[in-house]
Amino acid sequence: MAAVAPQPAEAGPIRRWAPLAGVAVIVIYCLAPFYWMVVSALRRPSDQFSNKIIPAPFSIQNFKDVFAGSNGFGRGLLNSLIVAGTVTILTLIIGMVAAYTLARLDFKFKNVVLAIIITTSMFPGISLVIPLLKLFIDIKWINTYQAMIVPSLSFALPLAVWNLTSFFRQMPQELEQAAMVDGCTPAQAFRKVIIPLAAPGVFTTAIITFIAAWNEFLIALSMTNKKSIQTANVIISQFTGTTGRDQPFGSQMAAGVVVTIPLVIAVLLFQRRIVAGLTAGGVK
Amino acid sequence: MTVTAPVAERPAKEPKQSKRPQRFNEGTGRLAALLLSPTLLVLGLVVLFPIISALRESLFTSGTKLDANGFIVKGSTFVGLDNYLDIFKGDTGHRFWNAFYNTTFFTVVCVVLETVLGVAMALIMHKAFKGRGIVRASILVPWAIPTVVSALLWKWIFQADGVANQLIGAQVLWSTEGWQSKLSVIIADTWKTAPFIGLLVLAGLQTIPAEVYEAAKVDGASVWKTFTRITLPLVKPALLVAVLFRILDTLRIFDLPFVLVGPHKDSVETLSMLAYDQAFNTRYGPAAAYATVLFIYVAVVAYAFVRILGADVIGEARAKKPGGGGGGGKRWKKKNAVKGSADTSVGAVAMGGGA
Repeated sequence: MAAVAPQPAEAGPIRRWAPLAGVAVIVIYCLAPFYWMVVSALRRPSDQFSNKIIPAPFSIQNFKDVFAGSNGFGRGLLNSLIVAGTVTILTLIIGMVAAYTLARLDFKFKNVVLAIIITTSMFPGISLVIPLLKLFIDIKWINTYQAMIVPSLSFALPLAVWNLTSFFRQMPQELEQAAMVDGCTPAQAFRKVIIPLAAPGVFTTAIITFIAAWNEFLIALSMTNKKSIQTANVIISQFTGTTGRDQPFGSQMAAGVVVTIPLVIAVLLFQRRIVAGLTAGGVK
Repeated sequence: MTVTAPVAERPAKEPKQSKRPQRFNEGTGRLAALLLSPTLLVLGLVVLFPIISALRESLFTSGTKLDANGFIVKGSTFVGLDNYLDIFKGDTGHRFWNAFYNTTFFTVVCVVLETVLGVAMALIMHKAFKGRGIVRASILVPWAIPTVVSALLWKWIFQADGVANQLIGAQVLWSTEGWQSKLSVIIADTWKTAPFIGLLVLAGLQTIPAEVYEAAKVDGASVWKTFTRITLPLVKPALLVAVLFRILDTLRIFDLPFVLVGPHKDSVETLSMLAYDQAFNTRYGPAAAYATVLFIYVAVVAYAFVRILGADVIGEARAKKPGGGGGGGKRWKKKNAVKGSADTSVGAVAMGGGA
């Protein structure tokens, strides 16, 4: 590890190739398990336990199984989409105003508000879920979308506010000032100048929030017990499969691929932006 | 740090001495309150309210009981601190301390491993000029995979006749009680989050100007010295915050052991799983007590971390306050300006592991 630490740059063959080898190691480390998921999904159910690196006859039977019959996986995907989508949209609407305020206005308790927002994201999910679960039972919200959406705001909102704040803070204040010289009110300056210019930042925040909401498990697991409302994550974890083997790993892997591939594609397409968003503006 | 406008006095407390030209956003406390209220309201509803009602809930027990006169009492009864006392007694006490130990063990081992691996990855990526795009893309893959899916994936890898056993040429029953199931959780967690720490540290590394290293080289510093005296101190702010959030994330770990190994396994049961299990069996009082204990544990660790190591969580946001947007224009152009950027990684890490 330390061997590849910052080092003088004279280029012996080892020095030159070591970083490249390191890169290869990292790539393999990150992708090998993922690769294994994909190839396992592509085997025939009958060679499920073969450990060959490449599936001998390719088969999409596992994918057919996933969507077939009583799994309710398709419905689960839709539910995930509804929950994660709503969380993202709500979060952006609420969070954008707050982030802009934090980035631009000077007021007395700004540090306190910032600290509160960041602190809320540290709370363990389970201590929020248990009382909410009891409340939702009382008000008959169990097995509803809002029972999953509302608690998800607890982690999505701080995340979005924090990301957006740093994006807004990067934008020069002269932008609004110019707009106001031209006769905009502050609200108009925000709507007509800042929002369009902040679009990349907002978009990045949307992706990151969406992925976070899409990956959520504990809330979705606790607040539902009916298959027709459960998200894809919960459904996968409770797969019984169609063929009645003990654990239908083939279809689970296929389902995992289906759930993951859209995210992976999004990540590959927008990697620059996501990295910038994750490291939130300041360092780049 | 970007050079901000000449330091202005804190706006509120004392009457202003230097009257600067009125900006549109001055004296806007009420406007700020108005604009922040939706966010604070939502957070109050979904975070503050549950925490308080968990506290309240933990003082009650539900279900049927006989009262002093032999009548059946239904619904919640106030039991004071009994739920908490029960936590530490007898069988439940054993289960609690086991979960407490597991939670702490996972947190310490995972975070140490992830930090070491993450820093190593960041250093490699920083050195490599070829293949950086590929690395960045592949490093995001474990991050993007939902924890549940990665848990199932590792469960599949750790099958009795799975690929892990074939690779090590042994027959380990990974999902059985014992060190092996702990190890499987640690491996899976490290796989998913170490690259992520690497990404954040890399961002920190890239802000260190090359001149600093050149100066060290001129002074004849060794590789190791350069690393410990220059690299580490300069990435420390970003690293500390990343580590803090990883710690908090691992303390509440739930999905990974729950799906990878399963509920009711002593070897991997964490506090979150224990609380969930109680709630699942409609024992809300004890569940709330466990959740509250976990909450206090997390709060203490976070507080200690911030106090002792001085992780500056709201970092740049605070530093920027007096200057307002003054330095904005400059920063807009000078993206590579070096900044003490503790806050940068925060939002991201908060959701890194997705516990």
